[in-house]
Amino acid sequence: MIEDTLVAIRAGAITFRVLGAGRGAPLVYFHSIHERGGWSPFLERLARRYTVYAPLHPGVGGSTGVETLDDVLDLTLAYDELLTALGVARAHLCGHFFGGMVAAELAALFPERAARLALVSPLGLWRDDAPSQDILILPPDELGPVLFMDMASDAARAWSALPDDDDANVAAQVESIARRAAIAKFVWPIPDKGLRKRLHRITAPTLILWGENDRANPVVYAEEWQRRIKGAAVKLVPSGHMLIHETPDAAARAVEGFLG
Amino acid sequence: MKICFFHLMPYRFLPDDFEARYRSVWVDVPHSLYDPEKTSQLYHEFLDELEFAEQAGFDGLCVNEHHNNAYGLMPSPNLMAATLTRRTSRAAIIVLGNSLAAYNPPLRVAEEFAMLDVLSAGRLVAGFPVGTSMDMNFAYGINPATLRERYYEAHDLVMQAWTRPEVFPFNGKYTQLRYVNIWPQPLQKPHPPVWIPGGGSVETWEWTAKLDYVYCNLSYYGYKRGKATMDGFWNAIGALGADDNPYRAGFLQLVCVADSDAEAERLYFPHVHYFYQKCLNVWEGFAEAPGYRTVKTLQLGIQRQVGAQAKQIRQSLNWAKYLDSGYVIAGGPATVRQQLLECIKSLRVGHLMVLLQIGSMPKDLTLHNTTLFTREVMPHLRDVWPGYKDRWWPAQCER
Repeated sequence: MIEDTLVAIRAGAITFRVLGAGRGAPLVYFHSIHERGGWSPFLERLARRYTVYAPLHPGVGGSTGVETLDDVLDLTLAYDELLTALGVARAHLCGHFFGGMVAAELAALFPERAARLALVSPLGLWRDDAPSQDILILPPDELGPVLFMDMASDAARAWSALPDDDDANVAAQVESIARRAAIAKFVWPIPDKGLRKRLHRITAPTLILWGENDRANPVVYAEEWQRRIKGAAVKLVPSGHMLIHETPDAAARAVEGFLG
Repeated sequence: MKICFFHLMPYRFLPDDFEARYRSVWVDVPHSLYDPEKTSQLYHEFLDELEFAEQAGFDGLCVNEHHNNAYGLMPSPNLMAATLTRRTSRAAIIVLGNSLAAYNPPLRVAEEFAMLDVLSAGRLVAGFPVGTSMDMNFAYGINPATLRERYYEAHDLVMQAWTRPEVFPFNGKYTQLRYVNIWPQPLQKPHPPVWIPGGGSVETWEWTAKLDYVYCNLSYYGYKRGKATMDGFWNAIGALGADDNPYRAGFLQLVCVADSDAEAERLYFPHVHYFYQKCLNVWEGFAEAPGYRTVKTLQLGIQRQVGAQAKQIRQSLNWAKYLDSGYVIAGGPATVRQQLLECIKSLRVGHLMVLLQIGSMPKDLTLHNTTLFTREVMPHLRDVWPGYKDRWWPAQCER
């Protein structure tokens, strides 16, 4: 049973749609760019051991108010305010790609908020010699093989399918553009927004989890993250960029094994 | 009727297999394809063509701004406009325009346009485009989420810098200035005419109509497809209850004139084809950054000019299709006259802009096209809109 609630902050300027399920220690999950809908088998599995909160980013899937946010700092403050509104003082923080960037920002700005931190192929650092793919703009036929290790996998096929019905098809395209537009606001044109200056503030034990065959966000970044977060562990799994969707059991096992 | 000569300044020497080998003419087009010595010659040919257009009788000369682009060698149209102030004396100099959000501080636009207005003795038309996604979001890295807001704020700053009599502070979200005080001020009072190039955004129709500026559709796809865009603007004017003076509107049309319809195909087809196949070969990923268009405009479903859909249409084009679809108005004088009158009347435009140098067209052919246009076509278009006053034209340039 997934709870689906709206939580307003800043006198209604921003409303988060928060999906939640499970019981146990609180875990807040932050979504990536190409996650349609807010719930997934990965979260379903985590909800067996944790109380999972999965807020959708402002401007995505029923959360509103992105136009009132200026930058990543503003977004991070909004998430801090959301946790206060949810009554969650401290939680495990987990996020994929853009969501990993948000989780890391939150853990850096508010170290006391993060019990443990699990970053899955996080965005937010930049190396000129290994740029992450511009997956905000890749056309669908080029995007799929960058995101997924195996385009024949169930996850990739489900992700690629667009509704046949005209209205639903248009709505899906508009949703995709709106979702990417909302997230682009915080990472355009290069996702280096100063996080590297703040990562040393993180005190939570941290896992850097990556798919070995990540074609969107090169694995070399795993070392960059490890170098900047004291004591961080790195784990690679045989998967692609969308590891939490393509191999949800392996990804969830790795996260659970770390969070305890 | 005001009739203006528009120049894009395209690079004419892209390889024959360009569109097969390179994904985009814009944003990441390799500059190894570009030869500065050839371009030096090109610039002077293009300026010759613009200067010739004034002598041949055009009312205005139009230049525009593009970046990282092989069909628009004018990252700074102001430089071209400045040279034109020295070699022309009568025509309006129409800069379409400066993409306000790209300048930091945007006051630079107020200054340079004021310089151009003074240099030209009051012949400037000031164009303020939001700018294409390729130029603004990709080439200049401006965040698509805030482009429009930056643009509106920059517009307010420029207009205040031109019209407020005192030195004033400007406390914007994107620009903060303690002392706004531009020297020189524009010669035209209260300010040069303002034209807004637009591509079909609902917001731009409404905003342009409200501020009483000229709305221009700089389309490469002709008057038949441009009708939906211009109708959108006229509906916005209607909704405001403003008059339907055709001088509120401008439209760009590609035109080729020859002695006969058959001769037009022979002379112009390769250059037109170069334009559509090479110059408009834009990779779908660059066609539109997410957030460039608002959801409101997306839902209206106006087709993009470039990208995958456009590419499919483009690849099937031949001369008959260019003409039938109205992308290009081409043929003998009678054919061109008849179709341009249809264009002007159906879109209700008082400012017609024509593109006579198209794609790889060399100078001699461009001058031929220009001569035939001004001799055989232009006189027949002059009197389409009797009784309307053009309030958006430099007073210096009235015939």
